[in-house]
Amino acid sequence: MTGKIVGMPKGLLYHYYYVLWKNFFDALGFRVRVSSDTNKRIVNTGIMSAVDEACLPVKVFYGHVLDVAEQVDYLFLPRIVSVTEKEYMCPKLLGIPDMLKACMINPPCLIDTTINLRNNNSQIYQAIKEICAIIQVPLKDGIRAWQRAEKAQGDYELYLQAGNLPAGFNSNLGEYPIALLGHGYNIYDAYLNMGMIHKLQDLGARIWTKEMVPKSIVDTYARKLPKRMFWTFGKQLLGSGLYYLEHNQVKGIIYVASFGCGPDSMVGDLLERWARRYNNKPFMFLTLDEHSGEAGLVTRLEAFMDMVKRRVG
Amino acid sequence: MRITFPHMGNLYIVGRGLFEYLGVDVVIPPPISKRTLKLGIEHAQEFSCLPLKINIGNFIEAAELGADTIVMSGGVGPCRFGYYAQVEREILKDLGYQYDVIVIEPPDTHFSELLQKIKYLSNGKSLWQVARAIRFGWVKARALDIVEQKVQKVRPRESVKGAADHVYQWALNKIDLAGDVKGVLDVQKLALEKLEAIPQEKDKPVLKIAIVGEIYTILEPFVNLDIEKHLGRLGAEVNRSIYLSEWVNDHLFLGLARMRSGKEARKFASPYLRHFVGGHGQETVGSTVRYAHEGYHGVIQLAPLTCMPEIVAQSILPVVSERESIPVMTIYLDEQSGEAGLLTRLEAFIDLLYRKTDWKKENIK
Repeated sequence: MTGKIVGMPKGLLYHYYYVLWKNFFDALGFRVRVSSDTNKRIVNTGIMSAVDEACLPVKVFYGHVLDVAEQVDYLFLPRIVSVTEKEYMCPKLLGIPDMLKACMINPPCLIDTTINLRNNNSQIYQAIKEICAIIQVPLKDGIRAWQRAEKAQGDYELYLQAGNLPAGFNSNLGEYPIALLGHGYNIYDAYLNMGMIHKLQDLGARIWTKEMVPKSIVDTYARKLPKRMFWTFGKQLLGSGLYYLEHNQVKGIIYVASFGCGPDSMVGDLLERWARRYNNKPFMFLTLDEHSGEAGLVTRLEAFMDMVKRRVG
Repeated sequence: MRITFPHMGNLYIVGRGLFEYLGVDVVIPPPISKRTLKLGIEHAQEFSCLPLKINIGNFIEAAELGADTIVMSGGVGPCRFGYYAQVEREILKDLGYQYDVIVIEPPDTHFSELLQKIKYLSNGKSLWQVARAIRFGWVKARALDIVEQKVQKVRPRESVKGAADHVYQWALNKIDLAGDVKGVLDVQKLALEKLEAIPQEKDKPVLKIAIVGEIYTILEPFVNLDIEKHLGRLGAEVNRSIYLSEWVNDHLFLGLARMRSGKEARKFASPYLRHFVGGHGQETVGSTVRYAHEGYHGVIQLAPLTCMPEIVAQSILPVVSERESIPVMTIYLDEQSGEAGLLTRLEAFIDLLYRKTDWKKENIK
């Protein structure tokens, strides 16, 4: 039990892998400190620190890092290149540790290990070895902690697949099933998307997300494309999107993108085209950036839900 | 089969040379114009990057001239260029254009995929013929770059503004028309002589500015608003981090020809950006370091708006600029970019460099 503190910014991949890494560091006797929920201060710090052209989630991530950096012994900032064979994360995630290093004046000890399972799944053990070296714990403990964390993450993913939303959201009881597709950091960050899930639930929606579609179904539907989609989240979005387009119970699809997102400009556009060709359910493409206003969002969500309700009859 | 391919700077000359050598029917899209851009903006997703929009315009205009097959390169990520061909095919399909799209890229499962594509494109010619055609294209690419590098040196020094560009246009045309290797080399030689003969102020102190960034924006004068010409006229000698033949050498010849390569640039990047980030992000950082070592006065980074690898590079360049003490300016280009705005920024940047370089500005002018 070292009692040292590992800081974790509550942005980008946090929404996917929090359970995994929290369990990992817990098992090794570290305390995990997560940055505050996204708020005005964090967003403003992010906007001031990141380059103008970066997308909103990256700017907000800067805010989270700077929020937590001063209170911790280690800052968890891995370079996640790939988590699946022949796939990649977005280029900005590949560069994020270097981008932040360029902007932090006095950073705490960084855990900036590269995780790249593109060619070789067992690279993860190399990565764990590096992490153990940085935080000075024996490799054998690290591996044990990893196995425990992996199990917890697997259970969590199954829990989401069963149709549950992550902690902090109301349970899914609405009458009108719609799919809400987008990167986790847009969908599950209630400040960034102005409480979109909550607003839709108030309007009677039952939310389906891409996390609720099992990998095997995603793979089957993603294979409809003539070429392999090389972004992991892009593939999940396309696979689950095409699945929901065919799924009788889902009455409409909302695609949430951040302005300037490279993958979304391709994946979202492809999905919109397929939706138009199927032409069987409402599809809405929503773009978020730091200038998005709540009133405009509410109007669009209401109009969308009205359309869904009218179609269901 | 009537083949077309997207524009990117002088690529059309190389492409035409290669395909016509094989006896393939090629349709070169009309030169990029306001209309090309407009067609692209109309039909592409709003925040897709600028090259995609212009590709769409190129393909629509080529279809109007009877093209039915697109040849382009691809990739396996994580830069979105790797998925261009797929998205472009769907856009064109929705518009009613029946294009066959052939993407030359690293094969997903087996090498034979690539061979099959080459065979399909080669018009029944043998692999030997294909190799000869590629060599012919290569000779043209080299000639274009050699002449262009000379033009970049003459531009800031010429006594009569525009003289070098006049010769350059002539050479582009002649290299395009040349039907064999000897013809190309003759034009190259003659063009260099003509450029050498242009009256120049040889002892005039000249700023050296490097252009780094995303390949399409630095190679295509339509989207970078002829930035090199402007810099030349403002008295700066320009060098680019990417020339067409270097790119061909890096990507098609696996770096076999001995010349400046991306690999070398990536090495220079390592203290600042230790991992590749797709596209030319790491090369942008590395080239900036290299140009600083080579004594350049300033660096300009060009990229299409929303370009992911270049955003990574841009985030890191301030540190590079400080530690290597070289001024860096980033310019994003999109359909809103205007020439007057660009010119103002270039003039300001050049003023800054003159002042920093400790010359008496009057003496230079």
